[in-house]
Amino acid sequence: MNKVLLGIVLGAVLGIFDGLTAWFTPEVRNQIVGIVIGSTVKGIIAGVLIGWFARKVNSLAWGIVFGLSVGLFLAFIIAQLQHGHYFAIMLPGGMVGLIVGYATQRYGVSSKLQRV
Amino acid sequence: MKWLSDETLTRLQASVQCPDLSSTRYRALKFVARGGMGAVWLAEDVVLHRRVALKVLDVEDRTGELASRLEREALVLAHLEHPGIVPVHDAGTLPDGRVFYCMKYVEGQTLESYIVNTNLPQRLGLAQRIAEPLAFAHSKGIVHRDLKPGNIMIGAFGEVLIMDWGLAKITNSTIQESSHITSAGTPGEQTGFATAAPITSHGKILGTPGYMSPEQARGDSAAMDERSDIFSLGAILRFMLTGQSPEETPTTAPLPKPLNAICQKAMAPEISERYASIQEMSADISQYLEGVPISAYREGIVERGMRLLERHRVAVVLVLAYIAMRVLFILFSHR
Repeated sequence: MNKVLLGIVLGAVLGIFDGLTAWFTPEVRNQIVGIVIGSTVKGIIAGVLIGWFARKVNSLAWGIVFGLSVGLFLAFIIAQLQHGHYFAIMLPGGMVGLIVGYATQRYGVSSKLQRV
Repeated sequence: MKWLSDETLTRLQASVQCPDLSSTRYRALKFVARGGMGAVWLAEDVVLHRRVALKVLDVEDRTGELASRLEREALVLAHLEHPGIVPVHDAGTLPDGRVFYCMKYVEGQTLESYIVNTNLPQRLGLAQRIAEPLAFAHSKGIVHRDLKPGNIMIGAFGEVLIMDWGLAKITNSTIQESSHITSAGTPGEQTGFATAAPITSHGKILGTPGYMSPEQARGDSAAMDERSDIFSLGAILRFMLTGQSPEETPTTAPLPKPLNAICQKAMAPEISERYASIQEMSADISQYLEGVPISAYREGIVERGMRLLERHRVAVVLVLAYIAMRVLFILFSHR
């Protein structure tokens, strides 16, 4: 799978999973659909950015650093909109970015190789 | 009575046996090593001002068989132009009648000493690099038949060189038909080699115990083909992985099952049960290194799971860490 597509798929899957965990918080359970959609979109945006970076820079270490940064940044924006819960939002967001960053570098196939 | 030291004796012996290179372009510099049929000398090519190695026949050869073997070795090397095979520069007969050939002087270490400071992946990578020149030789219709750690040199930059092709079997008719290699011997003298006659006849045993295939040990030269080299490469691989020669009783920890299966398949007593080609064996080593299944070993479900876990260890740890974090968040949010 090419790096951008892998980033999108992984970002979306982890985003859905991330959103679904809100079900365990009774106060926001009634907003779960919105949370899942928002979380999925966030995951897809992160996946596109991280996958694009992986295509440009072929380095596992830099892929992880970039993934973590993108994950934390997007989560920070969400936390700003929520006016709080920085730790609860940014830690999972950072981890999702880190996983996508690692996976795109480790398992993503370069589009140049695919053409060959 | 005063005795001569061993060092003095060796020096005297070397100077007595020093080949007469007076009418050639070479000047002997130093005795390097002695093999079964001749000695290797470090020499200087006075025309090109470079160091070369001269392999000179220096043992009694009443039947002419050793000379024939040396000639054949030069002929084989001349037909094998590959970075992993020592190139031959020149060949001929010295004024005293001794056959010689000139090749690149390789400065490095033997496989035995090189592998001491290497880890498992490096050793497997080395086995693959040994396989490359062998595969090339096989594609040219040449079987080495004397592969052993002592015949593999590792150069100063890690390059692998396969030496000593004196027992090589030529199956390619175009090489067999070659004759008369011109050389830099005595000017005006015919110094070319005669036709490269076969050096082994059926029933004659030549090779190194432990590394030679069963068909070679039987002297069944007709049955020998590239799979005989595959047997030897399997024995070398086992030696590299365990540090023990095939004749020694194993005392080290058993090999991982897939690697053991690769060695066993390569060293199968029945020739038809071995890998069909060096490339096939090399592919199995590559696959093992990449953590994917190999053709020589059928793994069980548990082994397959463990291999996949090992292969994707980091990814598994990251996902587990993420799940653990999520579970902890859920638990703490309910407090």
